Amino acid sequence: MSAPSTLYDKLWRSHVVAEEEATGRALLYVDLHLVHEVTSPQAFSGLRMAGRRVRRPDLTLATIDHNVPTDEPILPIADAMSARQVEALEQNCRDFGVPLHGLDSDRRGIVHVIGPELGATQPGKVVVCGDSHTSTHGAFGALAFGIGTSEVEHVLATQCLWQARSRQMAVEFSGTFAPGVGAKDAILRLIGEIGTGGATGHVIEYRGEAVRAMGMEARMTLCNMSIEAGARAGMVAPDDTTYAYLEGRPMAPAGAAWERALAYWQTLPTDPGAVFDTTVRIDVSALEPQVTWGTNPGMVTGVGGTVPDPADFPTPAQQEAAARALAYMDLRAGTPITDIAVDRVFIGSCTNARLEDLRAAAQVVRGRRVRDGVRAMVVPGSQGVRRAAEREGLDRIFRDAGFEWRQSGCSLCLGMNPDLLRPGERCASTSNRNFEGRQGPGGRTHLVSPVMAAAAAVAGRFVDVRTWPGVA
Amino acid sequence: MEPFRSHTGLAVPLDRANVDTDQIVPKRFLKSIERTGFADALFADWRFDADGRPRPDFVLNLERYRGASVLVAGANFGCGSSREHAPWALRDYGFRALVAPSFADIFRQNCVQNGLVPAQVGEEEARALMAAVERHEGATVTVDLEARRVLGPDGIVAEIAIDEAARRRLLEGADEIALTLRHEAAIAAYEERRVAF
Repeated sequence: MSAPSTLYDKLWRSHVVAEEEATGRALLYVDLHLVHEVTSPQAFSGLRMAGRRVRRPDLTLATIDHNVPTDEPILPIADAMSARQVEALEQNCRDFGVPLHGLDSDRRGIVHVIGPELGATQPGKVVVCGDSHTSTHGAFGALAFGIGTSEVEHVLATQCLWQARSRQMAVEFSGTFAPGVGAKDAILRLIGEIGTGGATGHVIEYRGEAVRAMGMEARMTLCNMSIEAGARAGMVAPDDTTYAYLEGRPMAPAGAAWERALAYWQTLPTDPGAVFDTTVRIDVSALEPQVTWGTNPGMVTGVGGTVPDPADFPTPAQQEAAARALAYMDLRAGTPITDIAVDRVFIGSCTNARLEDLRAAAQVVRGRRVRDGVRAMVVPGSQGVRRAAEREGLDRIFRDAGFEWRQSGCSLCLGMNPDLLRPGERCASTSNRNFEGRQGPGGRTHLVSPVMAAAAAVAGRFVDVRTWPGVA
Repeated sequence: MEPFRSHTGLAVPLDRANVDTDQIVPKRFLKSIERTGFADALFADWRFDADGRPRPDFVLNLERYRGASVLVAGANFGCGSSREHAPWALRDYGFRALVAPSFADIFRQNCVQNGLVPAQVGEEEARALMAAVERHEGATVTVDLEARRVLGPDGIVAEIAIDEAARRRLLEGADEIALTLRHEAAIAAYEERRVAF
């Protein structure tokens, strides 16, 4: 009998095409290659110059998300550079036979939202995309990671990728979340504890009762931000929650194939006794809603806390980094988080723009108004999410409260489209990165969960959503 | 891709940890569909003010570091987005090698794909090197990939931690897709036995 294996071990072994003895790396087969307009044009140009074709267009799926305007009408795209990048993808997909959910598709959306929504993302698959948040797809028990443009070209040409084995980290979330606290708070807390480089060289498997209790959308939030801890990928073992989500989706197996798939998927979870290189344990029962105060996702504290004093950090380098962050964020040490007022609120991104996220946020704003002087927007993760939300009347709740209800796309998460912060504006954002200038030059980002962002829109400042009527 | 064996050049210290790829190349430069032309995009928001004037206090703008080709940086350099524009911009600016205590995974891989050496050295050595290149105006640093070591001022010698696959790729500068396509038979055989539903 073979030694107990982890989910990652099993995915690795089942995808090895060839091994290179001298270096120890392996050529892995890619089951799903997702493509978007920003990181692919140079890859397609490379194929053209070398006279190469796309090996498996049937395992490749493209969409347009980063440059898409979200206010109507979305066409024509006013920014000439953005328009050219979008046209390049349309042309490349035509030339190379790659299926595209383009601007005219009612299934388009953020690449990490539509992969699962279409049922293309499945347990046991290796999934890659020229985008660091590809880690999202690991929520299904897939091995999913971001790659650069040269690797995009390599996968287009060969459907394979050379990889060295990663170390393995188990992150065990035990306990039960308080109302108003969830996956976003858990992942921010983890990054706060291990740092933005804490999982470098590792694949994380999220485990424990709090993860088992999560729905797929919460698991996606968790896996999405694995990269913000430096991890190569984040994964959750598939279970009945996973299968229930997938069954009946357009690209999921059906009929007899579904039964075969299910039998295979059930063999994937980590065996009892399998060994991880590192284990991190966090009890979520006492976890507060988290709010970032700095310029990377590890600079985070509970909503009941205060902006830290740089002098309290252990090393001179950390003290300097904290001081720089506070200067950029225009925050003073000791300020209670709940005293921080916001100008903008963004509910969107591949981290938190799925139906469950919008439902939770709508619950908080129902019957209330966005505070005067605050500009708040909801950008659904896909056109599918947008339609589903409208069927439930969520758009009405948001609009009645004074939110802008937008078309789908990456939008203000990184502002490659016209959605940007102005210099000095402070934003409560459900996205994944609070780097300097991420949402616009000089913009200041605080990462929070959808319910925290919704409450901040109404209150005009951060509030402990655990005490919010209707949440508690 | 040009093979890299050893390079000696003027070194510039960027004494910050967790430098993310949004800083290395801000997103407004990602709309290009070309692989080159990113020299002015490098650290654009740190190098230039809102009106495009160089910020005099940013290290790359100091006269003594003009023409630098080795960047000495803090830990977790290149974290965040997978944008390959980051190594493209570093290369277009004139960098041939980066020396840091650690690099983010995707960024490291992207460097290797572009002949830019991510030379990981120990934390102590990195700190000593950072201090030495600040101390000595005009200091050069040698990144010797064949010998796997970094040589700095004051007799600093640091071993480079790099996986053998990355090292070979940099030394040989070969077309990796062409190499992989030599495994055509194995790829086709895998496709025959692949689990798919």
